[in-house]
Amino acid sequence: MILSIAWKNVWRNKWRSLIVIGAISLGLLGGIFYLAFTKGMAQQQINTAIHSYIANIQLHNPKYLINGESKYAIPSYRKIVDKIKELPEVQAVGARAVSQAMASSAVTGAGVMINGVDVEEEKEVSNIYSKIVDGGYFGTKMKNQAVIGKKLADKLNVRIHSKIVITVQTLSGDITYGAFRIAGIYKTDNSAFDVSNVFVEKKALADLIGMDYQNETTEIAVLLKHNNMTGEVLKKLKNIFAEKIKNGEIVIRPWNKIQPVLEMLNNMTIQFSFFFVMIILTALSFGIINTMLMAIMERTREIGMLMAIGMSRMRLFFMILIETVFLSVTGGAAGLFLSWLAITITGKTGIDLSAVAEGLNSLGYGSFVYPEIEPEFYFMIGGLVIVTALLASVYPARRALKMNPAEAVRHEA
Amino acid sequence: MEIIKTVNLQKTYAESAVPVRAVNDISVSFDAGEFTAIVGPSGCGKTTLLNLIGGLDNPTSGEVIIDGMNLYSLKPKEITDFRLKNIGFVFQAYNLIPVLSAKENVEFIMNLQGVPKKERDERVEKLLEQVGLKDQMNRRPGELSGGQQQRIAVARALAANPKFVLADEPTANLDSASTNNLLDIMLKLNETENTTFIFATHDSRVMKKARRLIELDDGKVIADKTN
Ligand SMILES: Nc1ncnc2c1ncn2[C@@H]1O[C@H](COP(=O)(O)OP(=O)(O)O)[C@@H](O)[C@H]1O
Ligand SMILES: [Mg+2]
Repeated sequence: MILSIAWKNVWRNKWRSLIVIGAISLGLLGGIFYLAFTKGMAQQQINTAIHSYIANIQLHNPKYLINGESKYAIPSYRKIVDKIKELPEVQAVGARAVSQAMASSAVTGAGVMINGVDVEEEKEVSNIYSKIVDGGYFGTKMKNQAVIGKKLADKLNVRIHSKIVITVQTLSGDITYGAFRIAGIYKTDNSAFDVSNVFVEKKALADLIGMDYQNETTEIAVLLKHNNMTGEVLKKLKNIFAEKIKNGEIVIRPWNKIQPVLEMLNNMTIQFSFFFVMIILTALSFGIINTMLMAIMERTREIGMLMAIGMSRMRLFFMILIETVFLSVTGGAAGLFLSWLAITITGKTGIDLSAVAEGLNSLGYGSFVYPEIEPEFYFMIGGLVIVTALLASVYPARRALKMNPAEAVRHEA
Repeated sequence: MEIIKTVNLQKTYAESAVPVRAVNDISVSFDAGEFTAIVGPSGCGKTTLLNLIGGLDNPTSGEVIIDGMNLYSLKPKEITDFRLKNIGFVFQAYNLIPVLSAKENVEFIMNLQGVPKKERDERVEKLLEQVGLKDQMNRRPGELSGGQQQRIAVARALAANPKFVLADEPTANLDSASTNNLLDIMLKLNETENTTFIFATHDSRVMKKARRLIELDDGKVIADKTN
């Protein structure tokens, strides 16, 4: 019966309660949607990175990771690639020759990573080919074709068919250089990547640095059918290649180890938005406290009467507490529902940020964001709303308990 | 049989500039089955006396003995429980919980007492019948007239099965017809069920029907007559 009174009390002052409920639901909508948006952006950034180049998992010679010298290659890599391809989760595998290099035009030079790729194979692993904004992804008749990022092209002041000179260290340690012609210019969502990555055919780079490209490779990139399979496949690969790992022949790393900053930044933004939700809840709690105080002050005589006829302080406390929880939870439920709705819809359609995409691209974000959130999160926020309500109820409930029944019943309404 | 006795009861409000002796050394006793009005001009201490008898306030000195037990020797929590089980209250206004129906209002007190549902239903029905509002039982207080609300309050007070009912100016907001109707109901309950009623009032319509009048002035009993 106390529960039913508490619930009905919520609706005594319909407008006031609706305003609080509205504030709670909009506050939550704002906080949760912001969180989902941030997470969507983070996920987008990770996805962009995975699909544009790093893939889910990479294999290297451990010494290469230390020195960055291409002489530390993975030997007999084809056998390794074949084994990896046997896993059902694997979408595609690419073997690349990679070297630090200097790319120079007539105007200027820039330090870059030069990636020697098997053109057809690489199309399966990374989506650079689909990001061509000028020219093509190789496939011209030219010898020594290069595909470079838009940002780098601007920096070097080169266009399609322009010549650039790539200076690299050979496997034996000598400095050598080769001339390449620009076959295509790409533009990903990550301009930091674009300015520092040049793609050439694997054979061309191998010839330049003296690598046995039929048997050796610097990097094996493994793209999976789904990002969430990364951990599982990583485990499998580490099992399969346990011997080679032990012998120091290869090292296997997932994307978040290859680019830890990516994950760190994402975790940070998510933590920040969580903090943001907490601030919103705190702000809302003041609204809840205020509303409940008003409700209690208005009902002084009624509360006096309840105490007079024998309602214990504990029951009275409980009644006000429950009323606060009902009020807050109604707003919380509405807020969670609205958030769910907004996130589900925009999660499908995506949010077009192309208007501000230029700035975002330099941070490695795509121009379409798909807000997303783990379902557990709704429960967590729901729990937080209840906790907030409980805390917010304490002060008004105590105020009610402080009333003296004799005085409360005399109180002028 | 004596059920209530006050011994040198005193209540002084000290907060005001000049301390007010609202109840000034009152020793009076009440028997079961009384139909008594405490009367006197506004400010003479009627409400204060009634509140002290009802365990709603703390006396400055003196005692309230109910059924041989010193009420204010109990802890506050125990006094609340005592009120719940032994005293029925009717106030001038705001007696009822506005969000509950008439029936639920009467039932509420039994709910607090932990009376089982079936028994509650039976009692509610009987009480509403006695106050003549069985047909209005699903209405909320806001949908009832002032007189009807007070009759529900009487039913609610009796639902607790109290030793006595304290009513502070129950008719102050009622017209003559409603007042007479309410008084007749209470008189009838007094006669048939032997329910003890103690009123604080300055309403002559109540005084006329009361069997005993205790007249206060300045916190003191100046007359105590039985009609
Ligand atoms: N809480 C209080 N503080 C100070 N004075 C009070 C308080 N309550 C009542 N009084 C004073 O006590 C006296 C008796 O009041 P009350 O018992 O309400 O009289 P009545 O019910 O007969 O009108 C009055 O003078 C009133 O002003
Ligand atoms: Mg009074």
